This record gives sequence, structure tokens and C-alpha cells, in this order.
Amino acid sequence: MSHDPKGVIERLEAKFVGLTERTPSQDQPTFYVPRQDALVVLEYLKNDEGFSLLLDVAGVDYFPAHPRFEVVYHLFHPLAVIRLRVKVRVGEGEAVPSVVGLWPGANWPEREAYDLLGIVFDGHPQLTRIYLPDDWEGHPLRKDYPTTGRRSD
Amino acid sequence: MANDTQVIKDPQDAGVSHSDTMVINIGPQHPATHGVLRVRLQLDGERVVQAEPVIGYLHTGFEKSAETMTYQQCNTLTDRMDYLAPMTNNLAYVLAVEKLMGLEVPKRAQYIRVMFSELTRIASHLVWLATHLMDLGAMSPFFYMFREREVILDLIEDASGVRMNPSYFRVGGIAYDLPDGFMDKLRDFLKDFPRWMKMYRNLFEDNPLIAERLKGVNVLTQEACLAHSVTGPMLRASGLALDLRQAEPYSSYEDFEFDVPTRDAGDSFARLWVRVDEIYQSAKILEQCLDMITPQGVYMTRDRKVALPPRDQIYGDMEALIHQFKLVTEGFPVPAGEVYQGVEGPRGEMGFYLVADGGPRPYRWRARTPSFYNLQTLPAMCADGLVADVIVAIGSIDIVLGDVDK
Repeated sequence: MSHDPKGVIERLEAKFVGLTERTPSQDQPTFYVPRQDALVVLEYLKNDEGFSLLLDVAGVDYFPAHPRFEVVYHLFHPLAVIRLRVKVRVGEGEAVPSVVGLWPGANWPEREAYDLLGIVFDGHPQLTRIYLPDDWEGHPLRKDYPTTGRRSD
Repeated sequence: MANDTQVIKDPQDAGVSHSDTMVINIGPQHPATHGVLRVRLQLDGERVVQAEPVIGYLHTGFEKSAETMTYQQCNTLTDRMDYLAPMTNNLAYVLAVEKLMGLEVPKRAQYIRVMFSELTRIASHLVWLATHLMDLGAMSPFFYMFREREVILDLIEDASGVRMNPSYFRVGGIAYDLPDGFMDKLRDFLKDFPRWMKMYRNLFEDNPLIAERLKGVNVLTQEACLAHSVTGPMLRASGLALDLRQAEPYSSYEDFEFDVPTRDAGDSFARLWVRVDEIYQSAKILEQCLDMITPQGVYMTRDRKVALPPRDQIYGDMEALIHQFKLVTEGFPVPAGEVYQGVEGPRGEMGFYLVADGGPRPYRWRARTPSFYNLQTLPAMCADGLVADVIVAIGSIDIVLGDVDK
């Protein structure tokens, strides 16, 4: 790549005017992206900016906020050693586009977010529970899922 | 295709008909799976059509538990994820909390953290080497390497009180100062170390069986590694010299001199040598620690809002008593915000993503464990290979199931 990787923030904001929303963060540049445009932005970051390593996909439950969840992507530029955090807000019953097509490594963490938080990833090749049994009820990492207690059947 | 993790739903896709393939399970109880991994193998004779790891048998729900614990208590969970490399897990977590709080850690404590991280790395790589060679049929290295690993665990026990799961690092520094004579014991260990390594290498270095068993087996290209979020020795064995200790130094790693070993082949043989070379580099860092760490000194921040007051002050000083009481019963509050901190663990990037809401307990405690991501490459590594190479692949990924399932 000819351009300086450090200028990624300016280029990102220039290319996707009004789409990306920068939020203050104490460790690495962080952006909110609407979920409809998440795939386009992430594809641009991977293919044109060289963020070839997707370190993590994590779901966070902000119950009772609306929209309820955030999906947090931690991207890494292995040659320039730059980190970037992209966040997508998603409500209950909505779906986030899956990035398995861009990074096959997103397969398991997306299944994990589905399993433990109930976030649906659109276009995932095999969106099933990964840790818990298939007949498990509920999603344990949700804030309204109790840590103790017994189910009354 | 090397980077294709898609499940082959229809065996016709792989050029074989239904009647020719057989599905068998390896694990979850099988010595070669290094824990409780289950691999669903679809076989066409000896040839692997598809190898699909099935995980979750050791799922513990650490991320949920952490939300009910104080920041200092959560530290104990990190040990139990990757129980072969507890210190680097501790380090990733405490660094993340310290970054959120803007907490300065004394230089000496940072060096001690480096020292124990490298000891843990050697111990972890020794266990890996021992079990990997045993998977290949070589039994005797196992006994030697576990004997020598015990010496490292003794050192860890000396300092922290326990062999495994030490939780020795705390937010703000380390739990206790080094015991008397610790640096001498470390010096003795490092004196014996080259002799041991020579003996180990005699066991496998020029062994044609090992070379033939590993060369060209389970190849992962650099592109495939990056696409599958692979980090650590597996990535470095495919030619990319990415080591967070040098790429973005933490805990004063910039004060130490060491190399980042790489290999280009990307096969199991390359992974073996990257890890063996890393053991030498860790020893090199430990040599430097001998001169840089004074036997006694500051080991914890003096910030009483985070660190427990010295025991003798509690009985005579009102303020110390209050601090002790508040820290033990409530924990300390961490300012609201979010942070990600990664460190170079023996298996790859061990990272913590923390979301704090201003209270004494984490709002979200996300562990990015390297084994979880690295294990995803198993289908790509085994496709079109032989059954026996599946065992080699599982070994050469270096998984710890506690780290995969968390």
C-alpha cells in the first residue's frame, strides 16, 4: 500500500461521510457504524487499508438500553501495528451482517456471541450454539439472565 | 482450499460418494486431544474429508462469573483459563485494568512481571514439546521435560505460594515481594538450562522420524493464518515476525533485548522450531532479569485506593484499617470506559476487552483467548490429509482447552 497507514482515520471519515461516528476512547480509535453499512466499512478496512487480522468479535449487552446490544470488532494492522475498534449497535431481534466471508476467523466468535448473547449474524454459514448444548434455553451472558437460581418447571 | 472452513455438508463435493465415507469421533476423552476436545472426522479410508472440532466440554462461564466479582478477584479467573500459562493471562488482565485506571506500576514490579511471564512461557513450551513428541510416539522426552518444568513450577511456588494458578500479579503490581534467595535459584536454573536444552535437542533434533513426520504436514500459509485470526508461534512459523513484546511493548519489554524467531514453511516442523527457539529467547530475557531486578524493593503501587496497606500498619493506623476494610469488602471503583489490552502469551495474543461502568465490578469482561481462534484452523490444516496427521495438527496448534472453552 502506498499511502501511510496511520492516516486511516481521516480516510475512513472522508470515504464514509456521516456513516462513521467517532467516540472518545482511551486506548485505540473507536467508531460506531450503522449495522446496514458495517460490512462495507469492514471490507474497506480489510482490503484497502490492510487490517488483515481480525483479533476479536465480542458482544456486549447494555440492557435496558435501546438498541440493546453492541458488537465490537477489534481490528489489527499486522505490518503497521495499528489497532482499530469498530462497534455496531443492534437491537433484540435484529441481525448483524456476518463477516465470516471477509475473515473466516470470525466464525467461532460470532457463534459464541449468538450462543451466549443471542445476537444473530446474517449470512453466517453455521450459526449454532458453540459452547452450550443445542437445547439450552436462554443466553447466559445477557444482563437479565440470573447467575444463580433454579429453573421451576 | 487452504483457507476454507466451510462445513462440507455433502460428501459429493469432496469427490466421494456417501457410501465411501465414515464419520468417527476423536474425543472428547482421548489422550491426544490434550483435554476434552472432540473432533468429528469424516473419513474416506485413511484420508480426511473433513475434520470439525466440537468444543464446549470445558465451558465454565468465566465471562459471566467475572461480572459478579471485583476487579481484583477476577484475576483468579484468568489463571484458570490457560492453566499452562497463568502469568501471561494475569498480565493481560492487570494491564487492562491499569490502563483503564491510568495506574502507574513501579519499574521493579514491571520487570518481575516480565520475569515470571518468561518463566511461564518456558514451562508452557516444555509441556507442549513433551506432549507433542509423545503424540508422535516419543515417550521419553515427556519424562525429562516434565521433570524440568517442575523446577520452574518450584520457582513460581517459591514466589506465589502455589505451583499452578498463582494469581501472582495484582492490579497495581505483584502480590508479594520475591522471597529470600529467589534470584540465586533463578541463577542456578539458568546455569543448568543450556545443558537441559542440549539433552532435549539430542532427543529429537536429528531424528529422521520426527522430521519426516512433521515436514510439509499441516501447512498454513501466512494469508490463511491472518484470515483465521491466528497469532503467536503459529503465525510466526508462517513467516510473519509479529510479536507484541516487540511490536507494541508493554510492562517494560522495551528494556530487554531478544529476537523474534520465525520460520517460513508454515508446517508443523516450522512450528516446532519456532517454539524451541522461543525457549532460548525467554532464557535470554531471564538472564537480563538477573541484573535488572534487585532482590528486595518496591513491588506494588503506593496508591492506597488500589493496593492493600502493609499488614503491620493495619493495627496501628486508622486510615490503613479503613483502606484494608474498603478494599477487601467492596473493591476499588474503576472509572467508566472501555479498554483492550493484548499481550504475547505462549499461544498467541491473549487479550482482554473490558467495559467499566464506574463501579467496583466489570460491566463486561471479554477474554480474547488465543487457543479459541487458533483451533479454528484445524479443518483447513487437516483437509485431504491422513488421519494420523490430525493428531499432529491438534498437537502443533498447542491448544489448552480451558483457553478454548473459557
